[in-house]
Order: sequence, then C-alpha cells, then structure tokens
Amino acid sequence: MSALLDVQGLSKRYRRGDKEFAALDGVSFSIASGETLALVGPSGSGKSTVARILLRLVEPDGGGARFDGEDLLALRGAALRAIRPKLQMVFQDPLAAFNPRAAVARLIDDPLRIHGIAGRAARPGAIAALLERVGLAPELAGRRVHEISGGQRQRVAIARAIATRPRLIVLDEAVAALDVLVRGDILRLLMELQAEEGIAYLFISHDLGAVRAIAHRIAIMDGGRVVEQGEARAVIAAPASAIGRALVAATPELPKFRETAS
Amino acid sequence: MSALLELRGLGVRYSGAATAALEGVDLALAAGERLAVIGESGSGKSTLARAIAGLLPRTARLHGTITWPGLDHPARNGRDIGFVFQDPGSSLDPVMALGDQVAEVAHANLDMGWRAARRLAVELLDRVKLPEPAALARAYAHQLSGGQKQRVAIAAAIVARPKLLIADEATSALDTIVQAEIVALIRALVTEDGMALIFVSHDIGLAANLADRIAVFRHGRMVEQATTAALVARPRTDYSRALLVAHLGLEA
Ligand SMILES: Nc1ncnc2c1ncn2[C@@H]1O[C@H](COP(=O)(O)OP(=O)(O)OP(=O)(O)O)[C@@H](O)[C@H]1O
Ligand SMILES: Nc1ncnc2c1ncn2[C@@H]1O[C@H](COP(=O)(O)OP(=O)(O)OP(=O)(O)O)[C@@H](O)[C@H]1O
Ligand SMILES: [Mg+2]
Ligand SMILES: [Mg+2]
Repeated sequence: MSALLDVQGLSKRYRRGDKEFAALDGVSFSIASGETLALVGPSGSGKSTVARILLRLVEPDGGGARFDGEDLLALRGAALRAIRPKLQMVFQDPLAAFNPRAAVARLIDDPLRIHGIAGRAARPGAIAALLERVGLAPELAGRRVHEISGGQRQRVAIARAIATRPRLIVLDEAVAALDVLVRGDILRLLMELQAEEGIAYLFISHDLGAVRAIAHRIAIMDGGRVVEQGEARAVIAAPASAIGRALVAATPELPKFRETAS
Repeated sequence: MSALLELRGLGVRYSGAATAALEGVDLALAAGERLAVIGESGSGKSTLARAIAGLLPRTARLHGTITWPGLDHPARNGRDIGFVFQDPGSSLDPVMALGDQVAEVAHANLDMGWRAARRLAVELLDRVKLPEPAALARAYAHQLSGGQKQRVAIAAAIVARPKLLIADEATSALDTIVQAEIVALIRALVTEDGMALIFVSHDIGLAANLADRIAVFRHGRMVEQATTAALVARPRTDYSRALLVAHLGLEA
C-alpha cells in the first residue's frame, strides 16, 4: 500500500536562552489511508512540532513530507489552499481560539463556505447533517460556543474538521481535556468516522490507554527523535525503548481485587 | 479510628446559579485516611474540595456542617490543610523566589522566624525531590517545568505539617510520566507524615491506586462511596460501573 503521508527526516531547531537545541532531529514515519498512527512521548519530545510542520504553521529546517502524492512542504499559495481541505486538525481545546459568542452554525459554515463545499442554499442542510454525523442535535446549531459543554465543543470541532471530507486529520491531545466518559464517546466517534469514510489519523497523545484503544500503529518520540515504532498493541505490550517502558509503567491500571463470592 | 473531618448535609450554591453545585453530602474522613473523589466534569468535586478548605467565593451559599473533631481549633488552610491545585503555575507567584514562597507558609503558620523558615523551605524542596534545593530556592517559577512547579506547590502545601492534604486534579496537566512521579511523591509524603489525603481526579485508575476509599460524585451529589477494593470489584451504581468501563488501561 502506498502511504497517504510519508514524512522523512524532519528537523527543527529552536533557541532556548542563548543555546540552540533540536526540537526535532530526523523524524520519519508514514501513515496509510484509513490508518491511525499514534505519536506518543513525554512533554517536550516534539509531538506538536511535528503537527505544526505538517499543518504548515511552522517551517522545518530540514526533511520532507509527501501527502497524497504531493510534496506537502513545498506547496505555496493556491496549491496549498487546494490541499487544505484534505488535511484537517483538531486540538485539545480547538474552539478556544474562536469568539465564544459565535454560533455553532457559523463555525461549521466557515469551512463549507471557504472551501466551496456547499452552495449557500445547501449549507444549512449540510450543517445539520454534519452535527448529526458527530452525534449532536441539529438544534445545537443556534447555540453559542460558551453555551455548550467541553465534550460537545470537541464534537463541533470534529464536525468542522470532517466538513471538508479530509483524508487525514491531525489530532493533537484532542481527548486530553475531556472527562473519561466523554473521552470514550469521542474515541468511538473517531473510529466510526474512520470505518465509514476511510479517514487517516495522526493521533498525538501521551495517554497510552487512549492510544491502545484507537491506534493501529505507534511511534514513540523522545528528545525530538522517533525512538521506536510498530504495531500499537505489540509495542505497548513489550516496548523496546526506555521511554516506551517508562510510559507504559506510568499508565494507571485498575488494581486487581479478588472477587469475593456473592 | 478517630474522625478528622465530618461533613453533614453539605450543600453549596454559587450566587446566581440555578441549581446547587453540591447537595446533601455526608462524608467522614479518618486521620491519615486517603480518600479519592471522582466523577465527571461539573459534578462538584472541586466545589467539595474548596468548601472543606474554606476557599469558596464569599458569595457562595453553604448549607449543612463541616466539623473537625480531630482538631481543637477551626481548620485553617495553610496550617491544617494543604491545598494543591491543577495548574502548577497558578498557585506560584511569578515574581517571588520559590524558596521564599514555601518559607512564607512556614513563617505564617508555624510561628517561625524568617531564617528558620527559609532553612525549612530548602529541606522541603529536597523532600519533594527537586534537584539542588538550595539553588532552586532562589529560582523563579518560570525557570521550572510543569512537574517541577507542582513539586514546589506540594512543598508549600505540606510545609506547615497539615493534617489533611487536598490535591484537586493536581496531576491532570502533566504528562503521564511526570504524573506518575507526582502521585508516587504524594503517596510517600502522606504515609511518612500520617496526613489524610483527599485526591480529586476524574481518572479512576489513578484514584484506585492511591486511595483507601473512593467517593463518586455526579450532578452535585455523592452517588456512592466504598473502599477502593469494593468499588472496583463490585460497584453498586451504574454510574460507577460506567466510570470503571471507561477506564482505558493497557490490559485485556
Ligand atoms: N516556538 C518555539 N520556540 C522555542 N522553543 C519551542 C517552540 N515551540 C516548541 N519549542 C520547544 O520544542 C520542544 C518540543 O515542543 P513540542 O511542543 O513539540 O512538544 P510536545 O511533545 O508537543 O510536548 P507536550 O506533550 O507538552 O505538548 C520543547 O522543548 C518546546 O519547549
Ligand atoms: N465560581 C463559580 N461560580 C458559579 N458556578 C460555579 C463556580 N465554580 C463551579 N461552578 C459550577 O458548579 C458546578 C460544579 O463545579 P465543580 O468545579 O465543582 O465541578 P468539578 O467536578 O470539579 O468539575 P471538573 O472535573 O471539570 O473540574 C458546575 O456546574 C460549575 O459550572
Ligand atoms: Mg504538544
Ligand atoms: Mg474541578
């Protein structure tokens, strides 16, 4: 299978005080259509830097990325705009950046309008369909961002992301701020969308429990490098890297209590 | 075991709120006991924690009683209760040296001069396993990582040797590895000092590994409380069961 996204040797240096350091140091991985790759690692290991480079928010110092047959990092202007709808993102609190008084409908209308997905007359229907698609009542369209819960906000962000029928969604700590019940719902929604529409995910997290539930493969980062990659369950069951073992050891398990006869 | 703290019919209503944030909570905590408070977002966990520590906004209305049979004076935050918040940055003063922030709590609560308080602060920074505590005492919050800031906040919370440590989502903003380190630190400190602990979390896995007993909250009410073993093995409510099922571990 040819990869949907193929990242080779990404590097990025930043200054800290008067020293330079490598936030990314030769990061390579690939993702197939319909696949979920988890990018895992401790705080500061470079996960979000990878995401920002792929979304063209930050320029790398070296390396490349092919997405859907194109040289992603070389795209400029119209060519970059043309690829945007295929590559979407969802952040930890994605709507924090929006005016809290904006209506939910407005947020979903934006990508539909900007990318010419649906004509003016068709848009209210498209918005309602997208809300239903992510498990929200269409009536929510009239509510303002500050009037809905965190879980509902994350669903709206996902509706916004899938509005343009993307091939890949980058999810950076997208379930980290949600309480456990809501987190489970959102993970299930993501898996359903993937099964039905073949969307690939780059799932960035340091929560191995969530990763194990959603990811096919995993790449573990430490200090700007990918130190280990492989099939998610196999790697989590027996990590080869020191940081992989530390992440596994740090994941809270429910203690085993012997069931008393009842 | 003697009760340190007793709540009877505790209710809290924030000013202007249509519904109570907390209602009818009966709960007792023994000296040295470790209690986890879990529940979904908005269920009233932080409201409970703040009510116990006397940290609710003045405009909030309180019903019921909070008594401290284990103390011979009204409980005071800082001296009898140590409180650690979720955001490691927010509880530290950005323009005050870290050691002085810990020393200030000792000075204010332990009837201790500044020199002795500063010396004690360095000891505490060492106890929470910060590297080079003497140098670190002179550093400022922005020079530390999130996990290190949380260690300083814990040092300040326990310096006056409180009877109760309250940690409200104290590890949720940290990465998993640092979170596990902070949990291990809290466990060691409460054991060594015989402190009682109220550990607020929405992570039942984390809670179950730290607490003797778990209280489950939903919509401002305590829906279940049981020993950790009983709650994990035989939850009595559907809601507790749902929380257990939602836990994503690495096994099975
Ligand atoms: N614009 C910037 N200027 C300077 N340093 C930066 C910048 N952006 C990121 N860094 C540094 O690069 C490193 C990698 O950061 P990054 O945000 O990619 O980490 P992360 O793995 O996403 O961590 P977290 O789990 O905390 O989100 C960190 O040391 C960070 O402080
Ligand atoms: N200062 C306040 N003024 C008004 N309402 C408040 C205030 N603080 C909390 N509330 C409300 O009280 C209820 C309980 O909130 P609380 O913060 O205790 O929940 P929680 O269980 O700690 O949630 P989380 O897991 O999100 O921290 C919520 O409906 C919340 O919106
Ligand atoms: Mg990040
Ligand atoms: Mg809270």
